[in-house]
Amino acid sequence: MFLLLGLTGHKMKPAIAGIIGTTGLFISTLLSYITAYKYFLVDGKVDGVYHKIIAFNTVWLQLTDKLHIDLGVLLDPISVMMLVVITTVSLMVHIYSNGYMKGERGFHRFFAFLGLFSFSMLGLVLATNIFQMYIFWELVGVSSFLLISFYYEKPSAIAAGKKAFIVTRFADLGFLIGILILSYFTETFDFVTLTTPGCPAIAQAAGITFMGFSVVTLALVLIFMGGAGKSAMFPLHIWLPDAMEGPTPVSALIHAATMVVAGVYLVARLFPIFALTSPDALTVVAYVGGFTSLFAAVIACTQNDIKRVLAYSTMSQIGYMMLALGVSGYGGEEGLGFMASNFHLFTHAMFKALLFLGAGSIIHAVHSNVMTEMGGLRKYLPITHITFLIACLTIAGVPFLSAFFSKDEILTAAFHHDKVLFFVEYAVAGLTAFYMFRLYFNVFWGEDRHYHHTPHEAPLVMTLPLMFLAVASIFAGYLPFSQLVTSDGAGFESHLEMPIAAASVFIGLVGIFVAMYMYMKPKGAPEKMAVTFKNLYKWSYNKFYMDEVYLFVTKRIIFAYISRPVAWFDRHVVDATMNGFAWAANYTSFHIRDLQSGQLQKYAFVFISSVLILVLSFVYLFMN
Amino acid sequence: MLNAGIPMEAFLVVSTLMFFAGVYGFLTRRNLITILMSVELILNSVNINFLVFNRFLFPDKLQGHFFSLFIIAIAAAEAAVAIAIIINIYRHFNTINVENVDKMKY
Repeated sequence: MFLLLGLTGHKMKPAIAGIIGTTGLFISTLLSYITAYKYFLVDGKVDGVYHKIIAFNTVWLQLTDKLHIDLGVLLDPISVMMLVVITTVSLMVHIYSNGYMKGERGFHRFFAFLGLFSFSMLGLVLATNIFQMYIFWELVGVSSFLLISFYYEKPSAIAAGKKAFIVTRFADLGFLIGILILSYFTETFDFVTLTTPGCPAIAQAAGITFMGFSVVTLALVLIFMGGAGKSAMFPLHIWLPDAMEGPTPVSALIHAATMVVAGVYLVARLFPIFALTSPDALTVVAYVGGFTSLFAAVIACTQNDIKRVLAYSTMSQIGYMMLALGVSGYGGEEGLGFMASNFHLFTHAMFKALLFLGAGSIIHAVHSNVMTEMGGLRKYLPITHITFLIACLTIAGVPFLSAFFSKDEILTAAFHHDKVLFFVEYAVAGLTAFYMFRLYFNVFWGEDRHYHHTPHEAPLVMTLPLMFLAVASIFAGYLPFSQLVTSDGAGFESHLEMPIAAASVFIGLVGIFVAMYMYMKPKGAPEKMAVTFKNLYKWSYNKFYMDEVYLFVTKRIIFAYISRPVAWFDRHVVDATMNGFAWAANYTSFHIRDLQSGQLQKYAFVFISSVLILVLSFVYLFMN
Repeated sequence: MLNAGIPMEAFLVVSTLMFFAGVYGFLTRRNLITILMSVELILNSVNINFLVFNRFLFPDKLQGHFFSLFIIAIAAAEAAVAIAIIINIYRHFNTINVENVDKMKY
């Protein structure tokens, strides 16, 4: 188990050069693989159930007798799975960045930030208690902010970084309040205590109600708000598309594969509380996830910036995962949604990282993010083309690629739980196929555009991760997830339900063919579509005016009715008091400074007359 | 005793007059030298007080006498220092009028 200490040993600031950063992460990756191997196949399973193992724990901050904040390492199926995901994707991104960022200013800074991010993300998933998780959660937020505004000369990058930070901070406020409520009533931060089914503390807290809701439900909804902020769930999603201002490998690592699924991880981590004590909170999770996935998929169909398409696609896929958690029950077959969610998290990390790195390779070749400036790239970028195609097929749910399995598990879980959500997800599956292939055909097919120079394939350091991730995208689906990662640790047999699988493949193919018909050869069909559904197109193109709504709410309402009066109060009352003191002191001293005339005899006169007065008054007092 | 008929109050009146004459001179004269002389007056009035109190209240003790001798010696030293300062002031300001020496104000 000391292997894990090796993992957290990544605390050291990663090295100046990319090589050292990459090597460090490579070691972490190896360690995490060994840990996963030992956990899943050797040590972890006792009586057919995966237990939570606390590898290392130390009391860090003792608040009261019962309540203390620990730092430690917790192993259970989901944290080990996340370990593998994070280190794999992070390693790929490190290798890739060696090529992609070559010659950029701040090369070593970039690697330092990447290392910081990887460290905090690992700390987040290994946290033994909710407060440690919160600490690393904020660290992740900081490194995300640093990496988004990596190109700090660009005003848009700075704005995007600030936006991401503020929006997620706002969500984290909910998270913190949730933690405080939860720990106030249960008197513990510890995950193991909290997530043991039938935990007395939770049961006791669940009995206390506030405004008609159980406090546990309130706390969980607030905690979910934090998760929603990090995972870019509606309505806190607005930061994610803008976060694409960061370097592309960062988008792949943080905003596709690892950080944004932290919200999913959070819900999965607290899942027993959700499932057993507060189904209401779980319903909230399911509907937010479902709505976000539909909403983002519609927007993704009209965006022109390839990274933004991918960003909205990420939102949509995370919505899927949230929904899967939301429709899941606890234990055994009931926990299908839980398993499916983590399964999809795993496969999604692989293919979405692949998509982003592929997009990075395209951007590297044509120096543009905009889809209309691309076309016919399949001749120039053969490796990128093939790997990108694999990723597109995977996300579209084509049979026998990884996402086919995970997505069908989600659809099955949704089907058995809530038909409305099932049809939403079914529609999203079709939309996903459509927008991904719209992207694919636009970029790789169609006519050549006028390029600044002939696009060329990226160097091997960049294509190697692409190939690795492509292989992972194909085969990740064959992992026996239902045996490994389940809500209560016990494995169960999962099986595909043929009608649902067939239906989802069908709609995926429909999406692909529609995209193919519309975009493979330029025929003007997209324009016709845009004209026919003019309003929908316009709304979707402008992201349903969510940014404008936010601006309206913040500028017109919050600024005008809260911030302005507060600022006025601050300026005219708080500051004015202090300024008044300063002014009074200044005024007085200005007027009494004439007393210090420099005339020796005036001083002497004052001195002597005072002495006389004193003496006379003493005489007067004591003679009587 | 030669001065047996002179009462203590007479000595004290003289010393008080000397003291207030000194204070008056200190406050009204503008010439630094005159001010210095006024200070000497004050000192000497104090000397008289020492001697008188010693002589009339504790005739068998000598502290008052010694103290006034001390003050005379120190007054000599003090006068030397004060005159040195006055000379420097004169070099600096070209005057020993105390009203013009007012650089140390606000």
